[in-house]
Amino acid sequence: MEVLKIATAGSVDDGKSTLIGRLLYDTKSLTDDKLEAIEKTSKQKGYDYLDFSLATDGLVAEREQGITIDVAHIYFSTPNKSYIIADTPGHVEYTRNMVTGASTSQAAIILIDARKGVIEQTNRHFFINNLLRIKDVIVAINKMDLVDYSEERYNGIKADFEQLMSKRDYQDQKITFIPVSALKGDNVVNRSEKMAWYKGQTLLEHFEKLDRKDIYNIGTPRFPVQYVIRPKTAEFHDFRGFAGKVYGGELSVGDEVVVLPSMTRSRIKDIYFYNKKYKTATRRTSVTITLEDEINVSRGDMLVKAGDLPTIDKQFTATVSWMDSQKLTVGSKYVVQHGVNKVLAKVENIHHKIHPDYSGIDTSITALGMNDIAQVTFRLNKPIFYDSFKNHRTNGSFILIDNQSNTTAGVGFIN
Amino acid sequence: MSIVESELETLVGVNESNELEVLNNNALENEAIYILREVAAQFEKPVLLFSGGKDSITLVRLAQKAFFPAKIPFPLMHIDTGHNFPETIAFRDKLVKELGVELIVRNVQDSIDQGKVVEETGKYSSRNMLQTTTLLDAIEEFKFDACIGGARRDEEKARAKERIFSVRDDFGQWDEKNQRPELFDMLNGQIELGQNVRVFPISNWTELDVWSYIQKEEIEIPSIYFAHKRKIFLRDGFIWSAEDDVVFRAEDEKVEERMVRFRTVGDMSCTSAVLSHADTIEKVVGEIRESKISERGARIDDKRSEAAMEKRKQQGYF
Repeated sequence: MEVLKIATAGSVDDGKSTLIGRLLYDTKSLTDDKLEAIEKTSKQKGYDYLDFSLATDGLVAEREQGITIDVAHIYFSTPNKSYIIADTPGHVEYTRNMVTGASTSQAAIILIDARKGVIEQTNRHFFINNLLRIKDVIVAINKMDLVDYSEERYNGIKADFEQLMSKRDYQDQKITFIPVSALKGDNVVNRSEKMAWYKGQTLLEHFEKLDRKDIYNIGTPRFPVQYVIRPKTAEFHDFRGFAGKVYGGELSVGDEVVVLPSMTRSRIKDIYFYNKKYKTATRRTSVTITLEDEINVSRGDMLVKAGDLPTIDKQFTATVSWMDSQKLTVGSKYVVQHGVNKVLAKVENIHHKIHPDYSGIDTSITALGMNDIAQVTFRLNKPIFYDSFKNHRTNGSFILIDNQSNTTAGVGFIN
Repeated sequence: MSIVESELETLVGVNESNELEVLNNNALENEAIYILREVAAQFEKPVLLFSGGKDSITLVRLAQKAFFPAKIPFPLMHIDTGHNFPETIAFRDKLVKELGVELIVRNVQDSIDQGKVVEETGKYSSRNMLQTTTLLDAIEEFKFDACIGGARRDEEKARAKERIFSVRDDFGQWDEKNQRPELFDMLNGQIELGQNVRVFPISNWTELDVWSYIQKEEIEIPSIYFAHKRKIFLRDGFIWSAEDDVVFRAEDEKVEERMVRFRTVGDMSCTSAVLSHADTIEKVVGEIRESKISERGARIDDKRSEAAMEKRKQQGYF
């Protein structure tokens, strides 16, 4: 079954949790015991409606504050598709969570409160979804019930948002506007009777119709080697299989490949998935590849098609989204994890900070704090094999690990 | 004949013109295999926590797939509450023998005997909570740096926020506010001595995904997952097994015989049954598809309070 992961973003109180709860309710994904718990708690709180946000707000701390503080994953399915929603919080200080949620998603929902219209937060959500090059974005204009389902109001907000769209870097991003009321259930799963003026699809209809070509960019195949399989049994005495996931394109038996960094050439002999051999491995399959020649290949090496090499360099510049309370400064050292490959890196230069609300750049900064986004140049202790993020979402991204705390301190998108 | 050997046989004469289109069918399987390979590559002493339940059985199959034609490169460990369904234990021993992998068993009873934990008493007593101590002791004993588990994000609200690589401090504690962000496919397994990582390869699977996979892969599972006649009694709307003296039963709680099956296989004292006539995998999948009660709705340990799971996890529970 096809799996579609959707990142959601919104500000406090614009009804994101309610929207997700509504999606679950109208697709009949809420089980009786969960529904019962929602009814019970809604009544306790004295609400005269069902508080669907209770279906998703997971942690005790969040329930106490009434806000979502981390990325939560919500699952539901239709006969057609399985959906995973990465629900990320919308406060200023949680840019890192939005980036995280968007990094594994193929589509995104940006929520706007119809009473408030486009606010600074909207700019940020849009900026991040565009930075992460999410191909399909829905702008859901919510709480239409509170503006009398006004078409004029909807058109006004749409026009404001279109102003923003002209500033975006990734122009091919597809953007669809939908007027909804999550609380009342208009245009989420079911068509709204109150907004006959809206002729487009409901939120769910839109996602149901999304095709693989609508959400994936087809690039060139890259095969980072995760693990070398050497069974050393009688039957598989000389077996040397390279286990990994195929990214960006397809690899087939007989393809001439180059092993990086050794630049050794060989051909693909066999492609295994478990105990069966296949002619072609499509993108994002976890396969095991054997080569015609006996070549020394280890974890962190990469197989690519001959004539289709990535950039091999000890230096690169990237847009970095910083996620740690310890600041990133010029001269400091980190571990760069690029796919499954790890190298040491030194911050060579911080060029400028980018305001994620489209208000411009700041060239005066010398350090990056939590939630900052900036252009940074790194120098590495040995070369890595990368593409620009624009051309390859997987091979163009990396994480920065703090060697003292071991935490994932940031993420980068290579220019 | 071992499972591995029989699979080698099916390898002979495979159809090489097959197109590998697994992604279209099962992105979740490819993701889980990727995660298991990261564990083998990034950690020195990983272990797969095996309960005998359907989720950990699914993990074992995924691990076979990840490392074929080599054996699974880590042992299995069972934290035995002593209150397991006998069917589960028999199944566990058979599977391990077939796989040819090492099985480590550590008993909650030993932790009780050593005075490290005190057995609960009364109507809702369970050894489920006590497992945590035994697990943490075993992690220390063997110096495991990664424990692979079959938990899924759809099971429970606090689990929905857990990472795939979830770092625990040397007290086994989960700090839910200070979790490492997980970006794209990249998994950061860097830890300090004494810390360990709980790894959840099937985080993104739902209960239905697991059952559909078991059906498609024709994976064998313990018989208690299928409808069978059992002596049971009712309490608070839950159906409890009355076939053994593990579950506390008051004198006025009447025993009757019904057709039931179990949707999860935890400790007997906290796992209730559902009425069912689904005696084949096809019927079970059909039933799950139609089901109106969530899987953990049949787990009394989650009912104790709304924040039950989160509190248990902070203390080191899986």
